[in-house]
Amino acid sequence: MTRVLEISGLTKGFTLHHLNNQIAAFDDISFTLDAGEFVLLKGANGAGKSTLLRTLYRSYVPQSGSITFQSSHGAIDLARAADVDIAHLRRTEIGFVTQFLLARPRVSAEAIVAEPLRLAGVPQDDALEQARQALAIFGVKQDLWRAYPTTFSGGEQQKVNLARALIVPQKLLLLDEPTASLDANARAALVNRLTELKAAGTAMIGVFHHPGDVEKLIDRVIDLTPDMIAQEERTDVAV
Amino acid sequence: MTLTLDAPRIVQTRALLQVSNVSKTYGPVKALQNVSAHAYPGEVLGIVGESGSGKSTLLRMMNLEETPDQGSYTLDLPDVQGNLFDLDRFARRMLCATRIGIVYQNPHLGLLMKHSSSGNVAERLLVAGERSFAVLRQKATEALDASEFPLERLDAPPAELSGGMQQRVQLAKAIALEPALLLLDEPTTGLDVSVQALVLDTLKRLQQDRKITMVIVSHDLGVIRTLADRVMVMRRGEVVETGLADQIFQDPQHAYTQQLVHAKL
Ligand SMILES: Nc1ncnc2c1ncn2[C@@H]1O[C@H](COP(=O)(O)OP(=O)(O)OP(=O)(O)O)[C@@H](O)[C@H]1O
Ligand SMILES: Nc1ncnc2c1ncn2[C@@H]1O[C@H](COP(=O)(O)OP(=O)(O)OP(=O)(O)O)[C@@H](O)[C@H]1O
Ligand SMILES: [Mg+2]
Ligand SMILES: [Mg+2]
Repeated sequence: MTRVLEISGLTKGFTLHHLNNQIAAFDDISFTLDAGEFVLLKGANGAGKSTLLRTLYRSYVPQSGSITFQSSHGAIDLARAADVDIAHLRRTEIGFVTQFLLARPRVSAEAIVAEPLRLAGVPQDDALEQARQALAIFGVKQDLWRAYPTTFSGGEQQKVNLARALIVPQKLLLLDEPTASLDANARAALVNRLTELKAAGTAMIGVFHHPGDVEKLIDRVIDLTPDMIAQEERTDVAV
Repeated sequence: MTLTLDAPRIVQTRALLQVSNVSKTYGPVKALQNVSAHAYPGEVLGIVGESGSGKSTLLRMMNLEETPDQGSYTLDLPDVQGNLFDLDRFARRMLCATRIGIVYQNPHLGLLMKHSSSGNVAERLLVAGERSFAVLRQKATEALDASEFPLERLDAPPAELSGGMQQRVQLAKAIALEPALLLLDEPTTGLDVSVQALVLDTLKRLQQDRKITMVIVSHDLGVIRTLADRVMVMRRGEVVETGLADQIFQDPQHAYTQQLVHAKL
């Protein structure tokens, strides 16, 4: 198996200077992830699941430890890489699917979905065509494709968000409760797309409200509950 | 962990803009102290910080209107070499006219208020050597159109336009020559909210369609959040912290940045 990620001794807490306060999120986490592997993160509210994903994406800065990512340019430590390299990897190799769409005024749904393709150099017409297909797959009604998602319902926005986040296959995909606020059809579409990506070699780490949805994809579970940070080989996932 | 990060390893292109160790004193005021900043091609660098922290001074230096007491400035462009602060006035003027665009908070600084809007843009092209009237008119119209200026008002002088429209004329003037670098000092301040959103949107489009490298100064963190790839935080003439925009907003490291971000949330 090709290694995609090797996390070693990763520690993250927040220093709130004005309160003179420290909030611990997680301490000394180590694990690895191979191409095509799917890891489910679990743990109670506040266990640090979102914080771990954001640290891997470098929205958060870890205090210590390393995150060795095998990029197509060679190994790089995401904990220390230059901002410009991180920005490049986010465009090309590392995706993050969240619960919320960052809609912008006067930008249509299809344009938002096409944007990652445009950034990857796909010509406008092709990008829009693929974007429409993705919107159709996630069940966004055709009359909304050219409309502005700022006025969409929560579920509709989330479908646009997913179509956008998953349109370019990535090497590493981070998922933070992507099924929240989705109807059953859209959840099924998401699972299909993730299955495709997994088969194509995308490594995934995700938090799911209803892990049952992705049960067939899960290879391992990592529990972030303090003192439980151990990897269970997947035998029977408690879902 | 400190955020003194390694030099880029994956992205092989050089920074387009590099300001190194710039200091400037006005009498007793240390406006800038040992400030360094860079921006890669196509990147948008946001600069935030309290009033008087030196943001506009730094931007004016990037536009070669100001010379620091020490420090250097390079642009990685064809035919542009060495420390730009060493250039004479004429060379500075040519470089700014052709490669750098600027939008000031105060439109009076950037525009001739009594000339026509298209004339304001055409003037920029004239400085760069364009002489054909037809080409001037055509290019000025294109730039105004790209800035989403209503073309039926081409001949109206900025003095007769709203603040948002004036900013569009400044923007058109700034982008008329496809600059490599676009500098924006509070481009949306003083505009009412709906007009602000339109100007922001125009900037976002320019960023996406033309991949112009931008440096944008704003007190409005929403503007910075929308546009910037990276953010630099300044206080009292010094750089406090720089990082990816989402990192600065979600996990600010420095006490001052935390204060700034949380105060505005
Ligand atoms: N940006 C931040 N600044 C300060 N503290 C934070 C920040 N983000 C997270 N935390 C804290 O870190 C801890 C872990 O939070 P996190 O959001 O990672 O939990 P979670 O496991 O995702 O929980 P949930 O299941 O509720 O989503 C919490 O105590 C939280 O308050
Ligand atoms: N030409 C000048 N002569 C004298 N002092 C100056 C000059 N230009 C700037 N200063 C001083 O340098 C400091 C930095 O000013 P600058 O305009 O760069 O601040 P700023 O960060 O843009 O503030 P603001 O957010 O209020 O626009 C201020 O104390 C200002 O008074
Ligand atoms: Mg969470
Ligand atoms: Mg200023």
